Amino acid sequence: MTTEIILAGFGGQGILFTGKILAYCGLMAGKELSWLPSYGPEMRGGTANCSVCISDEPIGSPLVTTPDILIAMNGPSYNKFIDAVKPGGLVLVDNSVVDEVCTRDDVTFIAMPATDIASDSGMNGSANMILMGRMLAETGLFDMDTVKKAMEKCIPPKRANLIEVNMKAVEMGAASKE
Amino acid sequence: MKGNEALAEAAIRCGCKCFFGYPITPQTELSAYMAKRMEKAGGVFLQAESEVAAINMVLGAASTGVRAMTSSSSPGVSLKAEGISYMAGSDLPAVIINVQRGGPGLGSIQPAQSDYFQATKAVGHGDFHVMVYAPCSVQEMVDAVTLAFDKADEYRVPVMILADGLLGQMMEPVTFPEPKTELPDKSSWAACGHKNERPHNIVNSLFLDAPLLEAKVKERFERYKLIEENETDAELYMCDDAELVVTAYGAAARVAKSAVTKARAEGIKVGLFRPKTLWPFPVKELNEAAKNAKKILDVEMSMGQMIYDVKLAVECRIPVEFFGRTGGVIPTPAEVYDEIKKLTGGAQ
Repeated sequence: MTTEIILAGFGGQGILFTGKILAYCGLMAGKELSWLPSYGPEMRGGTANCSVCISDEPIGSPLVTTPDILIAMNGPSYNKFIDAVKPGGLVLVDNSVVDEVCTRDDVTFIAMPATDIASDSGMNGSANMILMGRMLAETGLFDMDTVKKAMEKCIPPKRANLIEVNMKAVEMGAASKE
Repeated sequence: MKGNEALAEAAIRCGCKCFFGYPITPQTELSAYMAKRMEKAGGVFLQAESEVAAINMVLGAASTGVRAMTSSSSPGVSLKAEGISYMAGSDLPAVIINVQRGGPGLGSIQPAQSDYFQATKAVGHGDFHVMVYAPCSVQEMVDAVTLAFDKADEYRVPVMILADGLLGQMMEPVTFPEPKTELPDKSSWAACGHKNERPHNIVNSLFLDAPLLEAKVKERFERYKLIEENETDAELYMCDDAELVVTAYGAAARVAKSAVTKARAEGIKVGLFRPKTLWPFPVKELNEAAKNAKKILDVEMSMGQMIYDVKLAVECRIPVEFFGRTGGVIPTPAEVYDEIKKLTGGAQ
């Protein structure tokens, strides 16, 4: 099975980092994986996005054109990718930022005010992790142990204090499912 | 690890002691990685004032017998052309990396494969070739660098790795070989100091005596013949009973592979031929892959460049169709799949 994910938003929201954590989760879980960032002019002040593939088989094209999962953290990204999501797919948006409402009835649509939740909890900048946590709770793609291991790989030792903050945000996102 | 970083780490492990570069998207992570790691690895990293300077520094370093490398992207590689020709004319081994982007001109910074002609036919003036490897994953980037340094030394030729922005920017798991501790002895030709114990070694590409130059070139072409006989490599995927063979290299081959897998699942007899060396082009391997083929579909991220080598390889016995996107647009598996359907008329 292959899970194709697109993460998209403004530069600075941690889009590429979130993708990197998911890719490392794949590595920790012994899966095939690929991570492909946008590196074009759009990442210099506009929207950033990245494609992540997690699979049991070797991965063909690393560029995701029809995602199973879309995490959109701004309006332009949502509009750009919503029509591409596979029928039956999962769409998560940060509706602290995204005003658009879902126009498709063949996808699971979850809107949560991730940016507001993060700042209310004194965790500015963790909206990306909250959304990822919720996505993981919805899909069961990776468990929390795997996420923690991935973070320990991605975050350099001298910034190890960030692991705890990020994990807290992921768990908060996951808990919001109830 | 990112493809660009993997290229750099692999080079260091191969005993590359000199890296000279000039930044350009989408290969800059390679230079950045070298800047960080090379000094610790006991080598030299230098950001040159231009691509022209960088390739000539590689020429100088290679003349002394050390393993040297430079990297760039399409417009920068054009600037290196003169130096590459001089290196070929001086029989100098070195590795040159091209992480291709859209062209011509400054073009775009998105992935493309429009430098195939340049790499395989005319990477500079004069009668010469460079060996060209075409990896299609981050792991293959590492393998290609390892091979490139060895083959460059073995045949005393510059070797190019033709990647693209997609392979350079993407991250995949990768395993590195142990660092090389023993490197080939080059004291018979390298200008590395003679200590008054032997005659000078002279590294030179100027031969004003025409018959002498002809002899030099002919000797080099004897080596090219050996390379053509021994160094071709390709991946054949589901080609055994394939009535349609898709030919593609690098990033385009990954896209094509997804499309071929999907078509196969629907009973369409299609396979993928992916050259891993572009010069020498794997002629024998393609004919093996296409032994049952009624048609070939060449897929590239260009307006069609490798297609000429494909046609030559099968001596036009099999019709060769083309599908390509260019300018930095990456074809989708769905587009290639549609082409496959169109050419095969669906499942038999």
